[in-house]
Amino acid sequence: MDLQGLQDIAQAERERQKPTRIHCCTSTGCRAAEAMDVYGNLKQAVKDHNLDDQMEVIGVGCMGFCGRGPLVQIDPTDDLYEDVTPDQAASIIEAQTGGTALATKGDSNHPFFARQTKIVRENSGKVNPERIEEYIAVGGYQSLYKALYEMTPAEVVDQISKSGLRGRGGGGYPTGLKWATVAKMPGDQKYIICNGDEGDPGAFMDRSVLESDPHLVLEGMAIAGYAVGANHGYIYVRAEYPLAIQRLQKGIQQAKKYGLLGSQIFDSPFDFKIDIRIGAGAFVCGEETALIQSIEGGRGNPIPRPPYPAQKGLYGCPTLINNVETLANIATIIHRGADWYASIGTENSKGTKIFALTGKIRNNGLIEVPMGISLREIVEDMGGGVPEGEIKAVQTGGPSGGCIPKSMLDTPVDYDSLKAVGSMMGSGGMVVMDETTSMVEIAHFYMEFCRGETCGKCVPCRTGTVQLYAMLSKILRREATAADLATMEALCEMVRDTSLCGLGQTAPNPVLSTLKYFRKEYEDLLVQPAYLNGKVAKEEVAATP
Amino acid sequence: MSPTATESKVKPDAAPQEGAAQKKKAADVDRRFKRLDITMKRHQYRADALIEVLHIAQEAFGYLEEDVLEYIAHGLQMPLSKVYGVATFYHLFSLKPSGAHTCVVCMGTACYVKGAGKVMEALQEKLGIEAGETTPDEQVSLMAARCLGACGIAPAVVFDGEVGGKLSAEQAVAKVAAWLQK
Repeated sequence: MDLQGLQDIAQAERERQKPTRIHCCTSTGCRAAEAMDVYGNLKQAVKDHNLDDQMEVIGVGCMGFCGRGPLVQIDPTDDLYEDVTPDQAASIIEAQTGGTALATKGDSNHPFFARQTKIVRENSGKVNPERIEEYIAVGGYQSLYKALYEMTPAEVVDQISKSGLRGRGGGGYPTGLKWATVAKMPGDQKYIICNGDEGDPGAFMDRSVLESDPHLVLEGMAIAGYAVGANHGYIYVRAEYPLAIQRLQKGIQQAKKYGLLGSQIFDSPFDFKIDIRIGAGAFVCGEETALIQSIEGGRGNPIPRPPYPAQKGLYGCPTLINNVETLANIATIIHRGADWYASIGTENSKGTKIFALTGKIRNNGLIEVPMGISLREIVEDMGGGVPEGEIKAVQTGGPSGGCIPKSMLDTPVDYDSLKAVGSMMGSGGMVVMDETTSMVEIAHFYMEFCRGETCGKCVPCRTGTVQLYAMLSKILRREATAADLATMEALCEMVRDTSLCGLGQTAPNPVLSTLKYFRKEYEDLLVQPAYLNGKVAKEEVAATP
Repeated sequence: MSPTATESKVKPDAAPQEGAAQKKKAADVDRRFKRLDITMKRHQYRADALIEVLHIAQEAFGYLEEDVLEYIAHGLQMPLSKVYGVATFYHLFSLKPSGAHTCVVCMGTACYVKGAGKVMEALQEKLGIEAGETTPDEQVSLMAARCLGACGIAPAVVFDGEVGGKLSAEQAVAKVAAWLQK
């Protein structure tokens, strides 16, 4: 395979494609709403009306508007249908030849779509993720060719550094710096790991990327392999994402068949193979050292750093670990250049970020927005606000993040600003809460999560989360006093400062941030100490700060 | 003369049937262990294949019995304690048999905010068990998931592998009640 070969495949695919393409979402979310029946009925209707030569129905990945699935979109007219039921499917096909569609028509110019800047999700919902030819037809694998033949590994690393890309898994570590560290390490054997252990509840960006455009991630991994000198990559995916695993397996097979993975890629001396590793349900495995332990077949216990995985990682070799979304940015950066990428976003946070907008919000689904956009724009304009009542807070960063109150909705969404208000970017979950949500209950909910997910290796996290959970339960039972609250705060700080890995260090965040902004809700639940007047006090008192 | 032969002589009618059933059961067990063998061989009996092998074992046997764990420990040449340690670390591996039906309630943040807690409470009340338990008649196992990643259709519940979205507590209970009637 050479560049000409790649272009021939692209050309053949473009000629094969019918003038009208009916995109039907076949991702996990829509599947739960009978999308596969809609897909089948659409296909049948095309056949019944003898429209085979004019149009084709393709099962695509996520279009983003998951709350209104199943979605059907017509290319090129850009008509969008929402909440399509299997019996409405035929009418959508009939509408193409002058009939009326019974399905609800959506607005593809709605701010939910219009305000997005799509880099990672550019092909999501447009290409069939199960056919590599469609990915090649939209320019796929050309960046890999460019990297291999027009750039040295050092130049690739340099481009990534210049682009300002930072880790999308939550930490925000500069990607270029990480690549440079691994590239500089001596040794013949290095590894690339793609972290697809998306454990944050309320986040499903990585699942969507893997389900909708698996080749984008595979290409990014291969480019990373070339840049740092690794010839073997692993994708670690949660077992809860069977469809993503299936599509990755298919993608790897197809890429191998065309010689885009395997040995001597594009007839160059570069070899790169990718294996899939399936998780087994442990949140802590999203932490890089724990993930490495898990790939090696052991318990997912984190180990102290340094040495960092970049120095001594998988099987003791230098290892580059990047998140799915980070790797999905690579091909486009190589294709369009670092300067173009760096022109999007803010000074310290470049590019775009995908968020899973969920909870009490009218339009829920996935959005990809430029860094620096305000929370208000996301929640009110794109999300359409809460369905009933008033918005109370937005939770970002999952169990490691915090709740941002309504008054701070103008906070720009970037790594540093979110950190400054006591939350964090995290992997991209954004859960909107309205006034009926009790913040103490939310903190309790997250602590229950951390208590169950702590690996048990270090004491502050293992016992700290259990104690914090017990204290929060006590507050919710209306049995805690002001002294209990003070003890809880002190314990939060201790767990944060003394835990071994990110899980423990960030576990108190939901408590601390809700205490910071919604202290009154905690205080309202406190009671007078029983010994003050010899009996259990009924009335609630405010705690001394 | 072996005891089996005597038996078959005494009960000429029943014995062949019984033998066939036993043989079939033994063959099933064999086939499942064979699957483990193939998986371990494919990974060249390397220790790092442990999780992959446990996945296959869980799929084949439904849960991880002690003899299965022992078999894997022997195959991969590692102490049983390590196999046990890994099997108990990960939530997806179960050391107890599960019910005929499984009901997994997503308790992710998005589902929680949209009332998954109430769905769970209603199911617990209906089945009379806590999350993570199986009904005494081994009909239904009730479980809580951390997040299914189907937040767009919150609250989500998986009934025997089929994801149902935007469910109310009543709808979820009705679904489980239908199982119990059968």
